[in-house]
Amino acid sequence: MAHSHPGYHDHHIGPEPQSWWTKYVFSQDHKVIAFQYVLTALFVGAVGMGLSWLMRLQLGFPGKVELINPTVYYQAVTQHGMIMVIYLLTALLLGGFGNFLVPLMLGARDMAFPFVNMLSFWAYFLSVVVLLASFFVPGGATGAGWTLYPPQSILKGTPGSDWGIILMLVSLLLFIVAATMGGLNYVTTVLQLRTKGMTLMRMPLAVWGIFVATVLALLAFPALFVGGVMLLLDRTVGSSFFLPAIVQFGQQLPREGGSPLLFQHLFWYFGHPEVYIVILPAMGIVSELIAVHSRKPIFGYPMMVLSIVVIGALSFIVWAHHMYTSGMNPYFGFLFAVTTLIVAIPSAVKVYNWVLTLWRGNIHLTTPMLFAIAFLNTFLIGGLTGLLLGNVIIDFPLQDTYFVVAHFHMVMGVAAIVAIFGGIYHWFPKATGRMMNETLGKVHFWITFVGTYAMFLPMHHIGLTGVPRRYFGFENLQFIPESVRDLNVFITVVALIVGAGQLVFAYNLVHSIFWGKKVGDNPWRAATLEWQTPTPPPHGNWGDQPPPPVYRWAYDYSVPGEKEDFIPQTRPQVTAGAGGGGE
Amino acid sequence: MQALALAVTLVVMVLGAFILTALRVWWFAPLASNWASMDNLIIISLVLCGAAFIIINLFIAYTLYAHHSERGRKAFFFVDNPRLEWNLIWFTGLGIVLLLAPGLYFYAQVINPPKSPYVVEVLTQQWLWSYRYPGKDGVLGPADVKNYTAANPFGVNAEAPASRDDVPALGGPLYLPLGRPVLLRMRSNDVLHSFYVPEFRMKMDIVPGMVTQMWFTPTKTGTFQVICAELCGVGHYNMVGQVVVVEPDEFERWLEQRPTVAQTLQPTGNAQR
Amino acid sequence: MPQVKEREGSGIVRGRGGGGNGGGNEPGGLEAFPVPTARLGLWIFMAVATVLFSALVSAYLVRMNLPDWKSLSEPGLLGLNTALLALASLFLQRAAWASRRYDLGATRRNLQLGGLLGFAFVAGQLLAWSQFQAMGYFLVSNPSASFFYLMTALHGLHLLGGLVAWGVVGSRVPPSALSVQLCTTYWHFLLLVWLVLYGLLLLT
Repeated sequence: MAHSHPGYHDHHIGPEPQSWWTKYVFSQDHKVIAFQYVLTALFVGAVGMGLSWLMRLQLGFPGKVELINPTVYYQAVTQHGMIMVIYLLTALLLGGFGNFLVPLMLGARDMAFPFVNMLSFWAYFLSVVVLLASFFVPGGATGAGWTLYPPQSILKGTPGSDWGIILMLVSLLLFIVAATMGGLNYVTTVLQLRTKGMTLMRMPLAVWGIFVATVLALLAFPALFVGGVMLLLDRTVGSSFFLPAIVQFGQQLPREGGSPLLFQHLFWYFGHPEVYIVILPAMGIVSELIAVHSRKPIFGYPMMVLSIVVIGALSFIVWAHHMYTSGMNPYFGFLFAVTTLIVAIPSAVKVYNWVLTLWRGNIHLTTPMLFAIAFLNTFLIGGLTGLLLGNVIIDFPLQDTYFVVAHFHMVMGVAAIVAIFGGIYHWFPKATGRMMNETLGKVHFWITFVGTYAMFLPMHHIGLTGVPRRYFGFENLQFIPESVRDLNVFITVVALIVGAGQLVFAYNLVHSIFWGKKVGDNPWRAATLEWQTPTPPPHGNWGDQPPPPVYRWAYDYSVPGEKEDFIPQTRPQVTAGAGGGGE
Repeated sequence: MQALALAVTLVVMVLGAFILTALRVWWFAPLASNWASMDNLIIISLVLCGAAFIIINLFIAYTLYAHHSERGRKAFFFVDNPRLEWNLIWFTGLGIVLLLAPGLYFYAQVINPPKSPYVVEVLTQQWLWSYRYPGKDGVLGPADVKNYTAANPFGVNAEAPASRDDVPALGGPLYLPLGRPVLLRMRSNDVLHSFYVPEFRMKMDIVPGMVTQMWFTPTKTGTFQVICAELCGVGHYNMVGQVVVVEPDEFERWLEQRPTVAQTLQPTGNAQR
Repeated sequence: MPQVKEREGSGIVRGRGGGGNGGGNEPGGLEAFPVPTARLGLWIFMAVATVLFSALVSAYLVRMNLPDWKSLSEPGLLGLNTALLALASLFLQRAAWASRRYDLGATRRNLQLGGLLGFAFVAGQLLAWSQFQAMGYFLVSNPSASFFYLMTALHGLHLLGGLVAWGVVGSRVPPSALSVQLCTTYWHFLLLVWLVLYGLLLLT
């Protein structure tokens, strides 16, 4: 039945590159670009983790580490946040997983615009270089907090207000250019280059998550771009977009009339969708992992797709819930509290459906599955605490306390990173033809899962006592019970262990690339398209044949009456249904 | 074996969260304002969300243990059940309404200060809390950051009669009378700050170029700390001031002893303290 | 084509209109929109640019209501520049029409004229900047002036990007009809954005 009619847009990609440079460095192959993104993001993520160690050392053992003074501490706070949210999570999920999975899962030969795709990576790479360079300029990196709120971010009194903030903004602008070039590719590829039979409602949820997240990125990043350019002008040429009349350290500054809140609106108009830019692909990845490893179709697929789309749409009308205490018009609070809590419904739908997918499954507790369970747990707790913070009145006592820190680390830090780990363990054999070591993977899982929970669960309670975030030291605060200091020691020790535990992953990753156990094309016995091509996929993904047509959805697992417990998407319905709908 | 371990771990995690919260080892600082509604809503939310957390996690734990892979096991082919899904959606929606309704009701109180509160101005700069009380006339005189001089850190317009009897308190402390609603009108000379007294619960940013406000009623006498809750530079963590809540008559006595703007500042602008 | 029976139990009869289901799909179906991929890519890019300029305009509208805002008197050159850009659009449109007729000569002629007018517009904008400075409006004299420079610069950068694309398209012999049409679409878009920005500047 697989006749060789070329798809509507079976676009032809160039010949396989021969030289080392075009093959591995300036490659236009989406798989190579994906690896470049993943490796760069993991590297910069390691830097971000190192910065979190600095913070935790100071919080657990104040004054014991001489290297850490307030300036260094605030630089670490800022750069940790920025690196993790933008340069690690966004880049890895969209640039890494998006690049690798979208064409393979949809049966495309490559991205729609491979050259632009290559430019995307190199713009990202450049943005990382500029970001890291900001540590070494006079005054060091910016310490304004990852939100970069003016006026403080561009005035003295804040670390890195000389050069650090300039490089930070330049790096962000470069990143936005990179994300836009990548995003154009992912969206166009999803819309135009699906193989025959791959209707939108047959796409795997990982692609849905990446697709909607990319649309969000395309529509959200421009606001940050505008805000960033304006802030850059305020810093460099002395304009007054965001700066009102200011007297700082006894001196009148030559500024007038600007609005700091304007920046906050621009920032959070980007910043809230950004949260979903990170979490939607993670949700998609987890959906794949749960279906494959519990050998069960994803429960309620249409509702899963709908909830992704609804979350994406709602993400643009909730941004001011980050600004309840900002001094904006207080009547906005009613509106944004309602929209924010409504987001809980599609999010809850996803949790229910994952749980119901697990239920009565044939659950294989492989490393990817373990990480998917970790995602469920952490996303659940982070989502639920979001209900508190989104309910505007409760936000007053909790805003800018450790409760917020615990909340967002659970819901988009740990949740996203465990989804990434799960995804890497899951698709590593596809990318390399070798398995990652399962034993090491499980060690990595237990350290990460139990450790992060031990870190962030009690952090909620620190927040309930009212301990403010972004404090270099708490010596002056009398309301904090002594036991919180002990708790901080505990959290720091656990954080050091969890951080060190990531070395297991690093070792496993590197070791397995060269010496991992070799496996066949479809070791997890998955139904989606990427597993139905040789491993590792050749240039063009599908060899000389046209991409295989698709005849069914992505989740035909454990279909009754079937000998195998999965049916690849490429298998025609005719043979499967020959015996009639055997239930 | 592994399934059992994971299931037990999830149960232990749930128990840990439950015990930590139920024992209140780390809990709110003792309330000293009228915003008990915030505490109560946090507790209601913790109960509702905690219930969801416990039920879903226990369900996952059970599923992992009972349905983990073993020889001959085949997954149940269960694709869809719109009715179940819609029921869950309505159920979740109900929970949301239960959280939102009281939340918005009390929020309306937060943003609508009572009539004739006692108005105090908060002025921030890096990294200091200062206050200005209306004098005998009960009115805060006009002030603008553009009038700032070293002698006139509040930037008050010293010509205006309403300003002359105002009582400034550079560097604090903030004295407040017990039991009377207080409305803080807050200005910043330089960057963003945020006024936060953990015992009062309320919190609001202070934004240069505009006046923000918040209100509360102190309900306990004593000395508390006002801390900055918006990263405002390297001194952020040291931006700690004092709030002293005293009986109303003691407050009046205190206020009368303080020098007024007219006493601290010559209208001609001769800088002297 | 054999009648394909969907498995009822599998609950996956999700395709619409019978297309894209079952074996033996007809080509087309729901796999792609009936537009060339490059055109869709351009539309998406224009959507992104629209959000960018919308954010800029929103910021402008918020900022202009703050007390220190002073209205500008725009340099007179802007009117001429607008006409240049409109002419560029017109010639590119003619190029697009010519490309549909496979009239190579007319295509090239109009394409070249359109691009040159684009360059003229950029040069005119630079001149307007110096005229504006001569009028005493510098980048930081007032937020309205800052916005003026920012808006014209961002628009100009988008136009320069378009001119790079124009150069690539024009250097191909013969230029592909689709590329010429995409250039035209983008020019119209830039004209539209400019009219909105210019209107905003004139009105406020």
